[in-house]
Amino acid sequence: MITAAPPAAAHLRRWQRFTLAQRVTRSVFYLLALVTIVWSLRSIEIVPEFLYDAPQQTVDLFARMWPIDWAWYPKVVHDALIETLHTATLGTILAVIMASLVAVMVARNITRSVVLNSIGRFILVATRSVHAMIWALFFVAVFGPGALAGTMAIAMHSIGFTGKFLAEAIEEAKPGPIEALVAAGAPPLAVLLKGYWPQVKPAFLSISVFRWDINVRESAVLGLVGGGGLGMALDTALSNLYWDQVGLVLFVIFVVVMVAEIVTALIRSRII
Amino acid sequence: MTRRDQPRTNMTDLSPRSPAPSSAARRVAFPPNWQTRIACLALALYVVYACSILDISRERLMAGFAHAARFVSRMFPPNFAPDKLELLYTGMVESLQIAVIATAVGVLLSLPLGLIAARNLSPLPLAWAARALIVLFRTFHPVIIAILFVKAVGFGALAGVLALIVASLGFLSKLVAEAVEEMSMQQVEAVRATGAPFLSLVIMGVLPQVVARFIGFSAYQLDSNLRNSALVGLVGGGGIGATLFTAFQRFDYDFVLTIVLAIIVLVMAGEVVSGWMRRLFQ
Repeated sequence: MITAAPPAAAHLRRWQRFTLAQRVTRSVFYLLALVTIVWSLRSIEIVPEFLYDAPQQTVDLFARMWPIDWAWYPKVVHDALIETLHTATLGTILAVIMASLVAVMVARNITRSVVLNSIGRFILVATRSVHAMIWALFFVAVFGPGALAGTMAIAMHSIGFTGKFLAEAIEEAKPGPIEALVAAGAPPLAVLLKGYWPQVKPAFLSISVFRWDINVRESAVLGLVGGGGLGMALDTALSNLYWDQVGLVLFVIFVVVMVAEIVTALIRSRII
Repeated sequence: MTRRDQPRTNMTDLSPRSPAPSSAARRVAFPPNWQTRIACLALALYVVYACSILDISRERLMAGFAHAARFVSRMFPPNFAPDKLELLYTGMVESLQIAVIATAVGVLLSLPLGLIAARNLSPLPLAWAARALIVLFRTFHPVIIAILFVKAVGFGALAGVLALIVASLGFLSKLVAEAVEEMSMQQVEAVRATGAPFLSLVIMGVLPQVVARFIGFSAYQLDSNLRNSALVGLVGGGGIGATLFTAFQRFDYDFVLTIVLAIIVLVMAGEVVSGWMRRLFQ
């Protein structure tokens, strides 16, 4: 009766990589994605008349940028560049200070209160969800146009990102040294400084430097809404239609972002 | 340095063999960490210096905070009038469409660009050219790219879509190239040994190895595009950003708050959806 192995059983044991539930949810996902994309493509408002001369406009755009107006650099762009760098750095410092406080509040191994944890988590999500440029609009209305508004915007927006990773680093800290300190009767501040700080220090520095890199990028555009720095120079050049000056600002932004990335990579490879 | 020094100091203090310390010569458990102190001092000096450069003074801060109180009080309660809600709805829908289209096109185009940029698959000069393009795309903030597209194709959603496509390409292609460079070449060579043409090689040898990570990146990019779709409107790229900018210019601060709340909800929803996508394909 060996030959009577039912073909149905062999069929049932066919190897499948994913379970039925996985396949169904994935198919539903593909369908939803397709529907969303088709709906977006069909109902988005695009004025086709604008498209007719798009190639000429693009060529015109780059033709006007060349030759780049290098003479404008010492007059305006150099100061704007310095302002952008200081905005990014000062904003990061402010953000890191505020984020450290919120991170301690969020970390469940330090603050053992669900209410405080949740409040901290809400602060992190809310500050992160509002982009630096929207924060800048707000602070320009409050402080007036200038680097102060930009610095505050960078600081507020960075709290969420920095605080989130900092809180994760704190929660990953080993409890051994902390228990030892508590057992020796150390006051809470000493536990923080001597128990947690040495453990989170590498992560802390690495997160701060990484955020600084992002902030250099962001602070270069804040000036478009009045936040000072290179964006302000870009805005001036754009509204004057001096495309050779626009080209200069774009070049400077490119260089500064690349340099910031290289510096960050160097510092991070030293820390980690 | 400190971490290595501290336990040794502690141990000599506690070890029974060491002579009982006289009160004068007692060692401090935690010696002052001069490196950190100097770093903190330097940081404080920098803050003072930067404040003077950026023209940040106490008076300006105080005046600003007084102003902020008035400003915030004008934001409350958020404006939910029907005509405003209609504006909000149109803007949000357009932002959503911009993000969806930009992600879809960006995902489609980033695969070929990423493959070209992978140094183990494509000829080196081509790979370096693709890498240079990716660096160019990635360096500029989406808002700056949006400005250029507004000039090229005019105000409206199309400029925003194109700007976000470029931003997505910069991010996704780089990660695709990295994933392809890290994958195992054995499977690729096995497929190549059967005499398969290049396209089959990619579909059978390369894609199965990178597709799971790629979907994770795409989910992240959708999240990121949703955030940035609110921004491109600030410079004329369409979507909710345009509505927000108009509301700011018209001092409609209660409507501003409504828009910002809606953006926060959109971004949070995006985070949930992208998290769900990543779990689905793990």
